[in-house]
Amino acid sequence: MSAADAERIAARSAEVGRVRRAERLALLRRNKAFIVGVAILFVWLVCVAFGDLIAPYAVNEMDFEATSMPPSAAHWFGTDSLGQDVLSRVIVGARLIIVMSFSATALGTVVGASLGLLAGYFKGRFDIALMRVLEAISAIPVIIVALLAIAALGGASPVITIAVIGFVFAPNIARTVRAATLGEAEMEYVAAARLRAERTPHIVFKEILPNVMPPLIVEFTIRLGYAIFAVATLSFLGAGVESGSPDWGSQVAETWSLIFANVWWPTAFPALAIASLAVSINLISDALLEAFES
Amino acid sequence: MLTYFLKRLGLSVVTIFLVACIVFFMTRILPGNLAMRYLGKGATPEQIVAWNSDNGFDRPLLVQFGDWVGTTLQGDLGTSLQYETPVSEILLPAIGYSARLAGLAFLIIVPVGIAGGVYSAMRRATWIDRFITVGGLSAAVIPEFVWAVVLLLVFGVALPWFPVTAFPDSESPGFLAGVYHLILPSIALLLVLFGYVARITRAGVIEALESDYVRTAIMKGLTRRRAVTRHVLRNALLPTIAVIASQVPYLVGGLVSVEIVFAYPGFGSALLAAVGARDYSMLQSAVMVTSLVIVAFQLAADMLFAALNPRIRHKVTA
Repeated sequence: MSAADAERIAARSAEVGRVRRAERLALLRRNKAFIVGVAILFVWLVCVAFGDLIAPYAVNEMDFEATSMPPSAAHWFGTDSLGQDVLSRVIVGARLIIVMSFSATALGTVVGASLGLLAGYFKGRFDIALMRVLEAISAIPVIIVALLAIAALGGASPVITIAVIGFVFAPNIARTVRAATLGEAEMEYVAAARLRAERTPHIVFKEILPNVMPPLIVEFTIRLGYAIFAVATLSFLGAGVESGSPDWGSQVAETWSLIFANVWWPTAFPALAIASLAVSINLISDALLEAFES
Repeated sequence: MLTYFLKRLGLSVVTIFLVACIVFFMTRILPGNLAMRYLGKGATPEQIVAWNSDNGFDRPLLVQFGDWVGTTLQGDLGTSLQYETPVSEILLPAIGYSARLAGLAFLIIVPVGIAGGVYSAMRRATWIDRFITVGGLSAAVIPEFVWAVVLLLVFGVALPWFPVTAFPDSESPGFLAGVYHLILPSIALLLVLFGYVARITRAGVIEALESDYVRTAIMKGLTRRRAVTRHVLRNALLPTIAVIASQVPYLVGGLVSVEIVFAYPGFGSALLAAVGARDYSMLQSAVMVTSLVIVAFQLAADMLFAALNPRIRHKVTA
């Protein structure tokens, strides 16, 4: 294979890539579930960016004259036992869970994709050893690893939660990327790059990485869904964020025992918020999976 | 088959050993502070030294690790720091309770999930198919504690059909009363699993329905229903077994929040109490038991998979 051949192969694969991307976009735009998912996510992203401006009351404003009031014109979602406006806390609460979930997934993706690329490219002993360690990590449920880490580090904080979830997710992402890389490493364009005497980091990150992007994007959105699941659960268990933060999981944890007194609104609305966010991400990842597989 | 089993068993042992390393060194990231965090900020240096030597934390880390692995292998889970009684006395009954809850959830989810998947595959591209696949997976991404409080609110408080705690009040409740108390919490657990089981079964059934041997069977005059029960299920259930086993970690993780909401004295409650009390010996054992269960399920699923799949069975014995 000559350098000119290598150029031609690269050009052709870029052309094929463009056509495929356009087809996928068209598929996504016709998918109703995808549109619904994006719309819900968009609403929450607006709350992340402008939550303090949209919220009708300040997050920590307590009105002791109006504690545990049911939904009304003044307080659409009612007030909690401290007289805080539930709607405002739900709007502002979008920030912590979304920022934490995105950061954790991004961390897991960077670490996992790097490990997966290297394992798939080098194979051999490095690959075997890595896969063993990753299997061990995935034999402990994420919630339990996180609880262990928080006990060891002496307290809950968003940074610890992000680090733990990222660390636990890396293996799954590595496995997906490794599987895709194994196939890519046999392709002509990799041989062509080796022929051009490109350095290994260039081949792995500049040549192979763009070609394993489709499964990586799907994996990212699936993991993002799990991250929301994990962040919310850890916050509910009092192990995700500092107590008192406006956060959906903590809100449910602080208020749910009042549902026995029929004060359901401080619990139900943040619970529905978590559900809607998780479902929106699931609709998006499901549609992406479908589009990339066809 | 035996070689395959031994090989898988060996890999499981390696996995468990690596988990032990992760667990042990994670709780000792800052070894000097262990005593301080346990005794509180007001502890005097003398108290810390005494506490460390009482609990053997003054020995070199590798000696502690070896000692821990050794005693654990002999079935001694150590002494709980918070209760000062053997960990096994607290952990084992709690695991028993959790096993009951998780077992009930499993008993319901496996047939219901498989039936949902088969039904969905037979009614492909209808609204009921969309409902089972999209609805099932949407239910699966909502955390257990959200389901738990919603179920509690709707079926425990608004419509008082089910008890609001998972544990009967009386000392020796009947079997049925016990199951009745566990219904809401098991639903919270299994809503998270249903979508995965149904979807993978559906995919397997569709693939089998489109295969040549099923077409032949139908052309020979078998009804679609007979073809499914006699030919399709056996092949379609292989991936389902793998998925069910891979859901065990999630089931165990979900136990923690469901047990909290339904005030159930199981493994999850014990674990959370240990986190609150910084009871490291209890935590280590609890996590090891968890991964042991998970790895055992994985191994069992692999073996079942091999036993049912002639391609693996014969390749390995040959």
